[in-house]
Amino acid sequence: MFKTFPKGGIHPPENKLTADKPTVILPVPKQVTVPVSQHIGAPATPVVEKGAAVLAGQVIAEAKGFVSTNIHSPVSGKVSKIDTVVDTTGYKQTAVIIDVEGDEWVTTVDRSTALEKEITLTREEIIERCRQCGLVGMGGATFPTHIKLTVPAGKSCDQVIINGVECEPFLTSDHRLMLERGAEVLTGATIIMKALGVERAVVGIEANKPDAISHLTELAREFRGITVQPLKVKYPQGGEKQLIKACTGREVPSGGLPIDVGVVVQNVGTAFAVYEAVQKNKPLVERVVTVAGKSVTNPGNFLVRIGTPVTALIEAAGGMPDDTGKVVNGGPMMGKALAITEVPVTKGTSGILLFPAVAARRAEVLPCIRCGKCSSACAMGLEPWLISVLSEKGMWDQAEKEKITDCMECGACTYTCPAKRPLLDYIRLGKSTVIRMAREKITK
Amino acid sequence: MNNILNVSPSPHISTPETTRRLMYGVVIALIPALAASVYYFGMGAIIVTLTSVVSCVAVEYLVQKFILKTRPSVKDGSAVVTGLLLAFNVPSNLPIWIIIIGAIISIGVAKMTFGGLGSNPFNPALVGRVFLLISFPVQMTSWPVPSGFRTGYLDAVTGATPLGILSEGVKAGETVASLMEKVPTHMQLFYGYMGGSMGEIAAAALILGGIYMLWKKIISWHIPVSILVSVALFTGILWLADPTKYADPGFHLLTGGIMLGAIFMATDYVTSPMTHKGMIIYGIGIGVITVLIRTWGAYPEGVSFAILIMNAFVPLLNMYIKPKRFGKEVKHG
Repeated sequence: MFKTFPKGGIHPPENKLTADKPTVILPVPKQVTVPVSQHIGAPATPVVEKGAAVLAGQVIAEAKGFVSTNIHSPVSGKVSKIDTVVDTTGYKQTAVIIDVEGDEWVTTVDRSTALEKEITLTREEIIERCRQCGLVGMGGATFPTHIKLTVPAGKSCDQVIINGVECEPFLTSDHRLMLERGAEVLTGATIIMKALGVERAVVGIEANKPDAISHLTELAREFRGITVQPLKVKYPQGGEKQLIKACTGREVPSGGLPIDVGVVVQNVGTAFAVYEAVQKNKPLVERVVTVAGKSVTNPGNFLVRIGTPVTALIEAAGGMPDDTGKVVNGGPMMGKALAITEVPVTKGTSGILLFPAVAARRAEVLPCIRCGKCSSACAMGLEPWLISVLSEKGMWDQAEKEKITDCMECGACTYTCPAKRPLLDYIRLGKSTVIRMAREKITK
Repeated sequence: MNNILNVSPSPHISTPETTRRLMYGVVIALIPALAASVYYFGMGAIIVTLTSVVSCVAVEYLVQKFILKTRPSVKDGSAVVTGLLLAFNVPSNLPIWIIIIGAIISIGVAKMTFGGLGSNPFNPALVGRVFLLISFPVQMTSWPVPSGFRTGYLDAVTGATPLGILSEGVKAGETVASLMEKVPTHMQLFYGYMGGSMGEIAAAALILGGIYMLWKKIISWHIPVSILVSVALFTGILWLADPTKYADPGFHLLTGGIMLGAIFMATDYVTSPMTHKGMIIYGIGIGVITVLIRTWGAYPEGVSFAILIMNAFVPLLNMYIKPKRFGKEVKHG
C-alpha cells in the first residue's frame, strides 16, 4: 500500500540517472580543506596548529556549546594552514587545510566492513558518541544529531521515521546507500530507536526505488520493530512534516517540531553514520555524493572524504561538460548554485549537479495570471502568489498573518508557475524579515 | 573549465508549462466548437472569428505600443483567446464594425485600463459582449439559424433562440409542453442545431474542448461542474414543481450560453477564484443567477450577466476562502 501526504505537491521529471551506478570510492585527494562550520549552530574551534601531524579520524576542531559539533580530520597528513576559505554556501569561513600523507587512521576506529549488529552502548553513551563523532543530519539540513536524539523535557517520542524518500530529482546517494549498506542502515535505525527509547521505526521510501523497498523490506524481517513504508512519488515528500503526515497521519503543528507529535525523523545517510559512529567508533569524515547532469559523461555516486574539492568530484565524473552554465550543490529543487567549484565537500553535500547554460538561466517573468497552480502545489497549504506579493510590497504584518513562516522553501510554487514568477525569492525575503522582526520584538 | 557559472536561488528547474502554452491550449480546446460553428453557420462564422481575433490582438498591440508605451506582449496568446471568446459570444451575422467596437471595449477598456493581463476584474470578452448587447440590441439578438455551410454573411436567415421561444411563449401564457414542439429536440440541441451566438450552440463540441482542458490540466473540474450541477438542480426543482411553466433541466443545460459559459468563460484564470472552495461557491453563484435571470429576468438568457456579477465577488472570495493550512496553530513550548 503506497501512501503519500494529502496536500499539494508536484511531479518534476525524476532524472535519476545514477540510480543503478554502484558507489565508487574516490581516491583520497592531495589536499583537503575542512571548514569548521559544516552544521547548523556555532562553528567548531580549531584545536590543531599549522604544521601539526594529524591522523584520519582525529578531532581537529571542537564543538563550541550545545548546538555545535566536532570536526575530524578526514585524512592523515600535515596541517598546511588554517585559513579563511569560501565554502559551498558562498560565504567565507575558517577551514583547516591539510596536506595528505598516506592514509593512517586513529587506532580506535574499526575500519572493517563486517556487519556489527549487537548494540552494547547505553542510551546516554549512544548520544555522547554521536556528539563525539560529529554527526549531523545528512539530508542537507546538517542539524547536529545528538540534539535530535535528546528528547526535550515535557515531550515524548514513540516512533522513529527513517527518511529514504530522496524526492529531489537527480539525487541517488541515499538510494545507493540503502541498496549497498541496507543492514547497516537498519542497525543504525535500531541504535536511534534505543537512544530515543522507542519500539517502532518506519523507513519511508518512494515507489521509484522498488529495489530499495524490496531489499529493505526483506532485511527488516531481521530487525525488531522496523517496517518499510512504500510511498507514492511526490515532491516534497522528503520534507519532515510531509513524511510524518504520509507515514503516520500526524500533522506537526504550525511552528512546531516533529517531536510535538512524538516523532523523530532521521535521514538514511544519518542512520548509516550513526551505525558507523556507535558500532565502529568512526567519526563522520566521508559521505556518498551523487554527481550528475544531462551532459555529464560519467555520472555516478562517489564515496568521498569530507574536504575533497568539488573539482575532484567533477573530474571523477568525466570533467565539466563544455555547455555547463550552473553547478548546484544539492538537488535541483532546494540545492545552492556554486559560484566557483574550488570549494570543499562538506557533511551536507548530497549531490553536485551540472546544468547546461541554456537551462541555467531563468525565463522572462510575465504577469501573474492568477491560475492558482502555486496554491495547489503548496504542501503547507499556503498561498504563494499572495505571500510573495505581500513580501514584494513590504507588507510584513500581512505576510505573517498569512503564515509566511510556515514556508519550508521547497520551491514547488516557483517550479509550477507558468508565468515564471520568482515566487520563492520574494517569500524568502518576507520570511527572513518576519522572523528577524519577531526576534527584535522579543529582545526589546 | 572556464565556464562562467550562473548563480541564482533555488529551485533550479521549472515546469515546461508557460502562460503562452496555457493560452494556446485553450485555443486548441476551442477548435471543435469553432468547427461546429463553421459547419452550421458557414462563412459568417469565419468572418466574425477572424475579425474578432485580429482586432483584439491589434487593439492590445496598439494600446501597449502607443498609449501605455510598454513592450507589446501579444505573443502570450491571451488576446487571441479573448478574440475567439468574443466571437463565440456574438451572432454570426454581426457587422464587422460592431465586432471591432466589441474588441475595443473588451481589450481596450475591460483589460488594458486595469493594467493588462492578470489585472482585470471582469472577463474582457463578456464585458465586450454585454456592451454590444446593450448598445446594439437589434443586431445582437438577430440569431442566424443553422443552415449548413453557407457563403452568405449578413443576409443569413434569422430566427429566435430556443430560450427566446420559451421566454416569450411562457409570457404569452402557452404551456411548456406546447412550446417544446416548436424547439429542436434535446439531441439536436446537444449537437448544436439551434439559433444562437456563434460559438455557444454545439454542446457536444464544447464538452469535447472541456475534456481536453481537464486532461491537459488547464482547468480543474470545480467551476464547470458546480455551475452545471447548480443549474440542473435549480431548474430541476422548478420543473418538478410545475412542469407546465418551467422547462426541464436538460433543456436548460443544452441551450443558450451555459456550456460555453461554464467551460470557457467562467474558468478564465484572471477573473475566477484561486482556491477550489472559492471556485465552487463562485460556480454555484453563476448557476443560480443564470436560472434567476432566465426564469424571472427581462432577458431570456443570463449567463453573461451571472458570470460578470460573480466576477465582482472574486476578490472577496479570495480574501475569505483560504486553503486549509498544514498544522493547526502555533504551539508555544
